[in-house]
Amino acid sequence: MYAVNYHRAASVADAAKLMKSGDAKLLSGGMTLIPAMKTRLAAPSDLVDLSRIKDLQGVKVSGKTVTIGAATTHHDVANDEKLRKACPALAHLASLIGDPAVRHKGTIGGSVANNDPAADYPAALLALGATIVTNKREIAAAKFFTGLFETALKDGEIITAVSFTAPARAAYEKFRNPASRYAIVGVFVAKGKDGVSVAVTGAGDEGVFRSKEIEAALAKNFAASALEGLKVPAKNLMTDIHASAEYRASLIAVMAKRAVAAASA
Amino acid sequence: MGIEGIGARVARKEDKRFITGAGRYVDDMVVPGMKHAAFVRSPHAHAQIKKIDVKKAQAMPGVIGVLTGKELKADGIGNLICGWMIHSKDGSPMKMGAWSPLAVDKVRYVGDAIVIVVAETKGQARDAAEAVEITYKELKAVVDATKALQKGAPQVHAEAEDNLIFDWEIGDAKATDAAIKAAAHVTRMKIVNNRLVPNAMEPRAALGHYDKAEDHFTCWTTSQNPHVARLVMSAFYNVAPENKLRVIAPDVGGGFGSKIYIYPEEIVCLWASKKTGVPVKWVADRTESFLTDAHGRDHVSTVEMAFDKNNRITGFKVDTIANLGAYMSLFSSCVPTYLYATLLSGQYNIPTIHANVRTVYTNTAPVDAYRGAGRPEATYLLERTMETAARELGVSPAELRRTNFITTFPHQTPVIMNYDAGDYGASLDAATKASDYAGFAKRKTAAAKQGKLRGIGMSCYIEACGIAPSAAVGSLGAGVGLWESAEVRVNAVGTIEVLTGSHSHGQGHETTFAQLVNQRFGVPIDSVSIVHGDTDKVQMGMGTYGSRSGAVGMSAIAKALDKVEAKAKKIAAHLLEADEGDIVIENGEVKVAGTDKSLPWFQVALAAYTAHNLPAGMEPGLKETAFYDPANFTFPAGCYICEVEIDPETGTTEIVQFVAADDFGNIINPMIVEGQVHGGIAQGIGQALLEGAHYDASGQLLTASYMDYTMPRAGDLPSFKVSTSNTPCPSNPLGIKGCGEAGAIGSPPAVINAITDAIGIVDIAMPASPSTVWAAIRAAK
Repeated sequence: MYAVNYHRAASVADAAKLMKSGDAKLLSGGMTLIPAMKTRLAAPSDLVDLSRIKDLQGVKVSGKTVTIGAATTHHDVANDEKLRKACPALAHLASLIGDPAVRHKGTIGGSVANNDPAADYPAALLALGATIVTNKREIAAAKFFTGLFETALKDGEIITAVSFTAPARAAYEKFRNPASRYAIVGVFVAKGKDGVSVAVTGAGDEGVFRSKEIEAALAKNFAASALEGLKVPAKNLMTDIHASAEYRASLIAVMAKRAVAAASA
Repeated sequence: MGIEGIGARVARKEDKRFITGAGRYVDDMVVPGMKHAAFVRSPHAHAQIKKIDVKKAQAMPGVIGVLTGKELKADGIGNLICGWMIHSKDGSPMKMGAWSPLAVDKVRYVGDAIVIVVAETKGQARDAAEAVEITYKELKAVVDATKALQKGAPQVHAEAEDNLIFDWEIGDAKATDAAIKAAAHVTRMKIVNNRLVPNAMEPRAALGHYDKAEDHFTCWTTSQNPHVARLVMSAFYNVAPENKLRVIAPDVGGGFGSKIYIYPEEIVCLWASKKTGVPVKWVADRTESFLTDAHGRDHVSTVEMAFDKNNRITGFKVDTIANLGAYMSLFSSCVPTYLYATLLSGQYNIPTIHANVRTVYTNTAPVDAYRGAGRPEATYLLERTMETAARELGVSPAELRRTNFITTFPHQTPVIMNYDAGDYGASLDAATKASDYAGFAKRKTAAAKQGKLRGIGMSCYIEACGIAPSAAVGSLGAGVGLWESAEVRVNAVGTIEVLTGSHSHGQGHETTFAQLVNQRFGVPIDSVSIVHGDTDKVQMGMGTYGSRSGAVGMSAIAKALDKVEAKAKKIAAHLLEADEGDIVIENGEVKVAGTDKSLPWFQVALAAYTAHNLPAGMEPGLKETAFYDPANFTFPAGCYICEVEIDPETGTTEIVQFVAADDFGNIINPMIVEGQVHGGIAQGIGQALLEGAHYDASGQLLTASYMDYTMPRAGDLPSFKVSTSNTPCPSNPLGIKGCGEAGAIGSPPAVINAITDAIGIVDIAMPASPSTVWAAIRAAK
């Protein structure tokens, strides 16, 4: 790791101010940034640590509206009783991230801002039609995730929370990369008042996306049987040493089917 | 059996320090004035070095020295060598290309060391290493051994035309061809054995310390065989004469073979210590481990197995291409030859065998012995072929094997080995019973109802451990002997130190070796200390690899114990005024048989050292040394049965049952043996399902971290059902066979046989990852 200046932000406003120093980067759980710095692949001059800002932590449920502070750890998302009632699928998703050490450090805001194409949260937020709240504005998930590790965030903009309306039914199914245990394919299925939405992570060559084919099939009949024999096109899916585009396409259909079954259970 | 003697499940003495974090590894060593090293390594798989500019690096903060291969050569440091000479079938010696510890003109794989930077801190050394400017002219690379042999392929070394190191054969080509021609049935296969990264938990490390006053070097290194390291560094690399070089391997955190060899880093750290005047420590990071630890396996073979009309094997023909990587590592040449082709008879009566092996340079990390070393590759060929033959012949895989088992011993195979003892039928019976082999069809039907593909696969392996005798291995080209040494020092109060030339890198020697002493003299194992891993403390020894420390290392201790016992009995006979022949040692008492006359063990030891009353002419003291050179290899064997369930939608394979029935001869500590079997099977399942080193065409290692290289995890493995049915080895005094590698040797074919059975296909590539299995299911439709 190269030498770096560490700042512990007391508030979001304080963090925004600190971000003006040098080539600063925001630090939340650091589950991606710190390993990248240790292997010298990332070299920010300054780190602005958001993880101690109380305002950014915790889950709030008000009626059907769920708001999760950006610095809430995966562990806290997975174990929040209110969320487990309002949207158990998202709590379950958080319980599948990494390992216990990662879940106790990593945060939802960090994951969303990083937009790793194999991360789990982007699929949930996209399928739930969530809003990403920053210190400047509110951004719809559909506009937020713009490509591999790319988001609509501007320089220095800080995510403060994500919010969404709890769906009637939802589930997440993930097929893990055998080595990294990230998603090779993760499918989040949600059925709400605006219909069925299905988002896929781990597979798209431009990151998380919604599967129109699966959504169309489920709109008619929200049942696993509606997806029997459904072919997802392999176009625009990634191929790497772990999985071909064709394999990912097949897994998308399988994971979607299993997610619908879980959502219907 | 006493509570701490041979056969007792004694908890491992060394585990207290390992589990409490008190183990002492090379990275824990601190020498006054010690500084830190970083290596500049090649980012290219194949390139000429046009220019090395170290000026900027030398001016960086904390930098003490930036040293290149040119300076190393000028100081007379030698090239790395392969210590086992193999001759091609035309009689020409193997074509070994030069391996400079720091590359001078050319780099040949990603990770090739070029420059060492010594600085006050590790971070400063790394910063300065990044500031070294090297101008390369990139060359085309070749990573695939078969492609490397083709005309016009990139040339890795000028010394080896078409990258061919040797073209070697064993057995009778004519007779084998004739057997295939006359056969009632021939099973033919092309079989690939995937390349693996060893992944010891402790990365390699070296601390070189030159003492100017004494003109003496000390090297702390992660070594399975510190004496061999000293010998080779003295005799070939001109680091220092042996009496001026001490090599210490403290606690070693796993090796699996990868810490047998001498690597560039320890040589360079020693040399750099003299050059800079400070002790120099280097510890590999995990990326360096992936890139530069000697890899394992990487064979491509074609096989033909001939059967008569009674399903008896009449001949076996093998053609193998073995990838040795960019340089010939220390024992790389013997792995795909004498550790491989000599095992091609397996557990079977095969009248004639012929194997041809071509070894090849490529622009990849050097390949050398990795847990099993040649024997897993041989077993994989045989057991994949046997299972396939059984399917083609329409007979039970168990019965086809039984029909062909060797049942009388000693048995001379057509490929050098002379099996001394075994009962292959007993292991097969134990494994088929434990796995309810007969009830498989029912389980398959039940699984099918759940939408799962269930398969069963078997593997009957044999291995050869404790390579020996020295005269024989010398005649086959080995540069060293393969005996072992021991010194047993009884202290004046009866406690005991055993100095052994074996060196544990996780095997539990401090426990099992002490159990052997306890068995003889009744001394509690806490009063027995095992001393190893330091050339200044321990007499010359050959180290730990090839499952040799039980069969060879402990036999040397047993021989030294014989001598101690004989002298102790003489002293006791004298003190007790009895006949030497009537003295027995039992439970810590030295007794006159059939009487109540006895002395406690410590009094005999004390008498030896006070020397007040010893038999006339006897030297004082109670300390004996022995060197043991075995008469033969030992031949552990066994039968493994694996049962899998595959989810056809995702290609995920679950191992639902794994049975291991082994024959390890006499067992010192069953708990430690089971641990070895468990670890070996985990690695074997790792090879079959999870692990694979993958280079792209340009020679970049794509699986250079745990993000892409799949290590076996507890959740990938079932609870193993292990048992032993043992025939003592007649070739060593303890009847021991060796158990360290069996699991890794026997398990891969069992897993792949089960998967191919489940899908109904002939072959599938290892690792049979979900995507590979999914594609195979789709292709089979």
